[in-house]
Amino acid sequence: MYVYDQYDQKIIDERVAQYRDQTQRFLAGKIPEEEFRPLRLQNGLYVQRLAPMLRIAVPYGLLNSTQLRKLAEISRTYDKGYAHISTRQNVQLNWPALADVPDILEELATVQMHAIQTSGNCIRNTTTDQFAGVACDELEDPRPYCEIIRQWSTLHPEFAFLPRKFKIAVCGSTQDRAAIHHHDIGIELLANSVGEIGLKILVGGGLGRTPAIGSVVNEWLDKKHMLTYLEAILRVYNQHGRRDNKYKARIKILVKAMGIDAFREAVEREWAVLKDGPSTLTDEELVRARAFFDAPSYQVLDAATSNSALSAQCTRDPIFGNWIKRNTQAHRVPGYRIVTISLKATGFAPGDVTAEQMELLADLSDNYSFGEVRTTHQQNMVLGDVPTVSLHELWQRLQAARLATPNIGYLTDIICCPGGDYCSLANAKSLPVAEAIQMRFDDLDYVYDLGPLELNISGCMNACGHHHIGHIGILGVDKKGQEFYQVCLGGSQSKDASIGNILGPSFKQEDMPDVIETILATYVTLREEEESFLDTYRRVGIDPFKERVYAKAH
Amino acid sequence: MPKLIKQGCIADDPWLPLNPDIIAPAPDQIRNLQQWLQLPDKSGSAVQLESGEEPLPLFDYLQHIKLIVLNFAVFTDGRGFSYARDLRERGYLGELRASGHFIRDQLTYLLRCGFDAFHMADEAGLQEALASLADFSEHYQAAIDRPLPLFRRRRPTGR
Repeated sequence: MYVYDQYDQKIIDERVAQYRDQTQRFLAGKIPEEEFRPLRLQNGLYVQRLAPMLRIAVPYGLLNSTQLRKLAEISRTYDKGYAHISTRQNVQLNWPALADVPDILEELATVQMHAIQTSGNCIRNTTTDQFAGVACDELEDPRPYCEIIRQWSTLHPEFAFLPRKFKIAVCGSTQDRAAIHHHDIGIELLANSVGEIGLKILVGGGLGRTPAIGSVVNEWLDKKHMLTYLEAILRVYNQHGRRDNKYKARIKILVKAMGIDAFREAVEREWAVLKDGPSTLTDEELVRARAFFDAPSYQVLDAATSNSALSAQCTRDPIFGNWIKRNTQAHRVPGYRIVTISLKATGFAPGDVTAEQMELLADLSDNYSFGEVRTTHQQNMVLGDVPTVSLHELWQRLQAARLATPNIGYLTDIICCPGGDYCSLANAKSLPVAEAIQMRFDDLDYVYDLGPLELNISGCMNACGHHHIGHIGILGVDKKGQEFYQVCLGGSQSKDASIGNILGPSFKQEDMPDVIETILATYVTLREEEESFLDTYRRVGIDPFKERVYAKAH
Repeated sequence: MPKLIKQGCIADDPWLPLNPDIIAPAPDQIRNLQQWLQLPDKSGSAVQLESGEEPLPLFDYLQHIKLIVLNFAVFTDGRGFSYARDLRERGYLGELRASGHFIRDQLTYLLRCGFDAFHMADEAGLQEALASLADFSEHYQAAIDRPLPLFRRRRPTGR
């Protein structure tokens, strides 16, 4: 993974000093609240319902064991001994004190971490495929490009006061696991007709109040132009994005208003000035960035031997076998597998991880996975490089820490924002809905029979739980001061991206498990052999679901 | 005489402030865009753009203008940052001044975007504000104050 040198460290250290001074001036009454607000937000600090919330950046979801141990220590010293993995692969602390934040940032800087631009109207943490570098369907590792974007966007002087927040995702594989169609800018590593890998650039995707799928602004761009082209897009947006209404300020609204062709022309005009300038990437820089993500020193293992040993273990221990089937997947190197750690045990808030669990995962990553851990936008964690022969041992240790729930990609692997229990923006609670659904569907065989299913819950229109792109999405709404829940069906975050359709009038919290049960029962009745929920929905449309759900509810 | 930060020091402001109500401003007076457009000879002139006024009409006269003021209506309106870079990248070498509602914590970014003068609402705080100009000694990106990005300047650790 990327390692700081003296330059990176200096920038991060100077940022800590700057923010410490800003906090001190704020506490001394020298900065008014409305002026301090964007300053603290650009350092990830929200003022929430019960306490501030600090969002710590995990660039493209990659952590080493030292960093994970530091997060555990910080959560214990400055918080309540747990942290939360967000849908942007970041780590959130729910209870820090505002005055302690400079100290927390100083601690983070000792392990090459920070909270820069995790909030605010600026370029946020760039996200990517949680299986980058190890996935079998990967064309090229997207992480070097993420790191180059991270450096370019960090403390960018021109783009710190954009009309609205700005999110970039990069993917380098056949299957899109980074939801690039739903980002302000989505980048796909793609080969052209002569097999040279370049960048396809999408712009104007997004969730929130006005969900949109990104449009292609450039079919194929030489990698060396990545930063100048991004800069041109940001310049058009910074000058022409709407600033009069925050709900219409995202780039998707500008792209829609201008039309993609006019937008592309505006970008080309800006790019003409920047193209081939000093920000053009050099071969040396591309080589340097790639070197940080070189494959670790894998052992040469015989796939056939390790796989037959694994099959034997799975037969002897079916619970283990089930976990292997649901929570692990093929690795590009023979004799290794990718392990997803479920942070979705029933009874725990989705994505929450305790200090003890973080420490255990740090140890396990040192023992089994080259000391690296990844966070996922589905709010789970990943050990990317586990030798097949070590899986049983690993599983036993995970199980003892309640980290082996075999539900990855299934109904109970719910993606859920912190909601009204924590967040001051929320219209409704989301965690109790997630828990009620997990409790209702406690029969794993039924859950597996339903097949792959993404259920996403957001407590408000800001859509942190990405409800529009869940196969089933739930949105908390406020109706005359009461919490209700709207359901949408048919969203998808993959390459066949789509935005879910609203089922109909919203429901009370206590009705939600019944509603979901009816939707799923309808699917089971209507599905053809091996057909997934999403495919069935796309074939039959929303009406059969509507009829069944509202017939039952009224 | 009013004070401002100029080229990293506290200095007097030799210009008369903008007065939109007069038809013929003095030669050493800052003009708004309308007043400036009517000026037959732009050499040595000073013009102030309000938030949202694009610098496009100035482009043909950049070598003649002595002072361009970008006035911020609200500090969160970041358009001026792009306008400033645009003006500098097109070759403007005169004074580029920020005025209106911006805050000292933005000074380092404004400086990087090409501003070299800062007229702050709170003149008493100028001395303290100077410190914010030096918040960062290293940067990743190319900008006006340092045209090469870090990746073109980086030397390996320990050398």
